[in-house]
Amino acid sequence: MPPGGTACCPRCGHKLATFRPGSLERTTALAVAAAIAFLFTNMEPLMTLSVAGREASTTIAGGAWKMWMEGEKITALLIALFAVIAPALQIGFMLAILLSVRRPPAPHWVGTLLRWVGIAGSWSMVEVMMLGILVSLVKIAALAKVVPGVGIFAAGGLIVLLAAMSSSFDPREAWSRVRWVHGEWPQRVLSGGTDAAEAGR
Amino acid sequence: MTAVARTGMREGFVSCEACGLLSRPVSPEEPGECPRCGAELEFRRRDAIQRTWALVIAATICYLPANILPVMRTTSLTGEEPDTILSGVVILYETGTWYLALILLIASVMIPLAKLASLAYLLVTVQRGSVRNNRERTRLYRVLEIIGRWSMVDVFVATFVVALIQLKPLMSVAPEPGVLFFSAVVILTIIAAESFDPRLIWDSSQGKQETDD
Repeated sequence: MPPGGTACCPRCGHKLATFRPGSLERTTALAVAAAIAFLFTNMEPLMTLSVAGREASTTIAGGAWKMWMEGEKITALLIALFAVIAPALQIGFMLAILLSVRRPPAPHWVGTLLRWVGIAGSWSMVEVMMLGILVSLVKIAALAKVVPGVGIFAAGGLIVLLAAMSSSFDPREAWSRVRWVHGEWPQRVLSGGTDAAEAGR
Repeated sequence: MTAVARTGMREGFVSCEACGLLSRPVSPEEPGECPRCGAELEFRRRDAIQRTWALVIAATICYLPANILPVMRTTSLTGEEPDTILSGVVILYETGTWYLALILLIASVMIPLAKLASLAYLLVTVQRGSVRNNRERTRLYRVLEIIGRWSMVDVFVATFVVALIQLKPLMSVAPEPGVLFFSAVVILTIIAAESFDPRLIWDSSQGKQETDD
């Protein structure tokens, strides 16, 4: 595969793999940036409401906490999972993977993280939350004055960084640097580019 | 194309769903574990059709209370007012932001329905061994995987409205059980799409002529 080239399934046309030179370095930079954006998204208020001289503001965790207090505990947990925990794990696992594959072979637990990072990513819904925030801003604006906070802008940045991080990451490159189940590490996988092996059992 | 394609399964190869390593297990009946990552190897996701059907049916059952029960209740000086998913869309439309109303209508009402109908269609065609429109059905599956999460938008809207509008006794908003059923629909359909195996769409074409393409 040439640099930047893409392999597609000849049958259904779906993209199989893209060869991305320098993927791991670029992804490391994006993951660090995403971690910073994540902190701001979660620590700064998303929006502040003022009506009749009273002010109220909320963060993501504050929204989930309010749901919990109002008796919708499962929904509160889901919100926390999709908007806080899953993105945090996605960024955390990614950083751990990228740092440990810098000097191959990486220990086998990195392989476990590689499996988990995809699962965390599929449940991380920052972009869906963003749309939810915008809709609720409009809804609330009909009732009271509402000011967007730093958290919203950080969340906007986080969405872009998370998307860039996942698309620049080349999992095949990372997998080729990880020790196998029984501790072996066939370097021909790394050099030859062929991912085929015989499972001898 | 009339030639019988060489598929990995026919040649005894299996690709690991966790790490992507292609390997050839000693016995195809018991593929065992992936030599690289240790995940269990499967030629096809196990019981994909039964599991997907079960989740689709469960989500369909939850779909009714999700749309009938209110998702939040607004208490103000003028009285109490329950809000369902649909009435939220209507209010948004009436207050002048039709494009947001349209987004919510698509995300909360149409996507879950379309997902349930499409999954049922994929399941029925796979079970009947259909060999038509394979590419289109595969593409439909990919779209389902991507759009499913967007239905969660209404749950986020409810959360932030509830979190901010707490100005007792002037006006306050509390969540109602509808929101729980609604999240159940979204999550069940996401898991249903994940438990389906798109390779099943192509399995019926083995040895037959693929009619499209």
